[in-house]
Amino acid sequence: MVVEDTPRVGEVVESGSTAFVAQSYRLYGAPPLGVLVRTGGPCPAYAVVHDVATRGIDPSRRPLPRGKSEAAEQDVYDNNPQLEHLLRTEFRSVIVGHVDDGETRYRLPPSPPPIYAFVYACPAAEVAAFTSSADSLRLLAGSGVAAAEEVVSAFLRHAMAAHGDPTAYLAGAGRQLAVLFPRDFRTVESILLRAAQ
Amino acid sequence: MTGESGAGRYLGVVVGGSMSRGVDVRLSPDCPVEEVAMGQHVVIQGQSRRFFGVVTDISLEWSDDSVRANPPDTSNPLIAGVAAGTAAYASLRVLPMLAIAGELAALEGPAPARTVPPHFAPVRLASEEDVQVVFGAEDNRHFWVGSPLDMETRVCLDLDEFVKRSNGVFGKSGTGKSFLTRLLLAGILQKSAAVNLVFDMESEYGWMGTSEGTGMVKGIKQLFPSRVAVFSLDDEHSRRRGVSPDYLLRVGYNQIEPEDIELLRENLGLSEVAADAAYSLARHFGQERWVKRFLELEGHEMRDVASELNVNERAMSTLHNRLGRFRRYGFITERESDESVEEILRYLDRGNHVVLEFGRYRHELSAYMLVANLLTRRIHARYVRRKEEAMGDAAREPRPLVITIEEAHRFLSREVASQTTFGNIAREMRKYNVTLLVVDQRPSGIDEEVMSQLGTKLVCLLDNERDVEAVTAGTHGARDLRSVLSKLDSKQQALMFGHAVPMPVVLRVRDYGTAESYRELGFLEASEMRRQMERDADDLFGGRE
Repeated sequence: MVVEDTPRVGEVVESGSTAFVAQSYRLYGAPPLGVLVRTGGPCPAYAVVHDVATRGIDPSRRPLPRGKSEAAEQDVYDNNPQLEHLLRTEFRSVIVGHVDDGETRYRLPPSPPPIYAFVYACPAAEVAAFTSSADSLRLLAGSGVAAAEEVVSAFLRHAMAAHGDPTAYLAGAGRQLAVLFPRDFRTVESILLRAAQ
Repeated sequence: MTGESGAGRYLGVVVGGSMSRGVDVRLSPDCPVEEVAMGQHVVIQGQSRRFFGVVTDISLEWSDDSVRANPPDTSNPLIAGVAAGTAAYASLRVLPMLAIAGELAALEGPAPARTVPPHFAPVRLASEEDVQVVFGAEDNRHFWVGSPLDMETRVCLDLDEFVKRSNGVFGKSGTGKSFLTRLLLAGILQKSAAVNLVFDMESEYGWMGTSEGTGMVKGIKQLFPSRVAVFSLDDEHSRRRGVSPDYLLRVGYNQIEPEDIELLRENLGLSEVAADAAYSLARHFGQERWVKRFLELEGHEMRDVASELNVNERAMSTLHNRLGRFRRYGFITERESDESVEEILRYLDRGNHVVLEFGRYRHELSAYMLVANLLTRRIHARYVRRKEEAMGDAAREPRPLVITIEEAHRFLSREVASQTTFGNIAREMRKYNVTLLVVDQRPSGIDEEVMSQLGTKLVCLLDNERDVEAVTAGTHGARDLRSVLSKLDSKQQALMFGHAVPMPVVLRVRDYGTAESYRELGFLEASEMRRQMERDADDLFGGRE
């Protein structure tokens, strides 16, 4: 279920079949870890933010300390407005599904999102619709991204907030995880405990 | 996933198993393990047929070994809820008993399962309709005996098939054997499947009987007054209970045969030599008079007879001594007559059922065994003769007769079963239209051959291992039946299996003892009886308006 008029947060700058990197329009304006985002384009992809990074636009030059004489961190940015253009915030997202002919598919899109595709943070209604299927965790749980347990529990935390009965949703998601990690109930338990905190 | 309407609760899918062990069913996480009970009936939907099976084991499994060593934090309801049914789940063992192929075959009834359902075939609890397809609806040969556990459907027993073979009611004391027997007798009466001859040791079938919990209950004479005759050995006892017996039974000394003494050997504390002496005495004095003449012998006469017959004198004197007890039995007369046997047969021939009460002799096992054995021998002999005379002409054959005996292991123990009439009847099935209904609490004491010939067995709770083994020996899925048996409730529950039922079934035995239960068995209160008679008269002679 694609919800129109949702806030746009950035654009795809690096794209692949399983994941993409988007640059946020605002410095530090990336969606939080675990948030469900959707790309624009002919075959919109759903993805979960799993890594957010801010660095200088020139990879060969590391930013230098500037706040020695400032009273607060924010003063550094206020007194150096050019920093907004010298630094950039990127977020990596792992693809967990796509929209095909108006239907949500819980599998990888046939082609990756194009560069410059817009990236939207999905509103609660869209999150609820996406996570209502028992398949919604499969690609994420199997993605092998760094700190996967953290990402999954953050995703569940956001998804819970979108559902009318968060506890029931979490219990259902827990059962899906138990199927996805059949010999590792410890992992399931730790994900759930973190999601419920 | 509850499927089409009318289907029972969805339990899970078949995940493995074998024909001999039964199939394994992974219980669905939505179905709480506590809701499934041993002995419950389930339906497995295969590709081309439906299987009807019974739950024979329930086990708790886990998919993650670490769960066993370090159980998850189940104080957290979320974790507990997720762990249950996923990492930790339940598994059922289901023994497929019957297969119903397609829709058409349902009309012909189910056949024993000879195949297994495929992997992942869905499994449900049997619905009321499923149970009805298997056990048949109540009609003029199917008698409602009870309901499966947790269900209201009526499980019926095919009484025509039932009385074709000897049958057994087993269970330790206080578990409802008499209750069940009374119900079966009432059923045989109601459906007129056969005539009953009941050796009613404790006087609980004919007139009032006691039932644990509900107090006094009506006997079959009260339910079917015109079709049941109560014979008594003890007039005084019957009158004291407010029962006027239809016939006062007397046994003549001439009817006692050495075979009876052989049967009573253990009870009377006789050695083999002493029991064998009875045969010599019968030869010596003649079959008709030997007991009377022997008991009249004085000490020196006995010595003479002993030496003449070449029998140990001590053995003979013990025999004399023990047979002397018969003098105390008021029902034994000096008169030589076969009248009591004739009278019983007359009643049975008219289609009346006979209950023999023992009155004060109920505590005398020897009296019970003597009378039961002696009457049965004679009645059986008459049936054999008449059946042979009929030579296949069904109209002239004697009515099928069911003889009910209690303490059956005394008549059918390994030592005596080969010699007693009861042993013969049990072995020859319905060849001569006579079968037994044996009621016993120690089935392990009954000869194995006799046990294997019993057609249908109704077993209440048994906890002695040897008894359980004896009852289930030679039955398909015996091991599973044993585990079901040991889990029965001690009240109003019984496992029924064998010839007259398509598959073993755990029953909650139907009620007996309430006004409604009597009505359902065909009993009419006096006022109803009057109305019924008036209606009948109106039908016969035309209305009176």
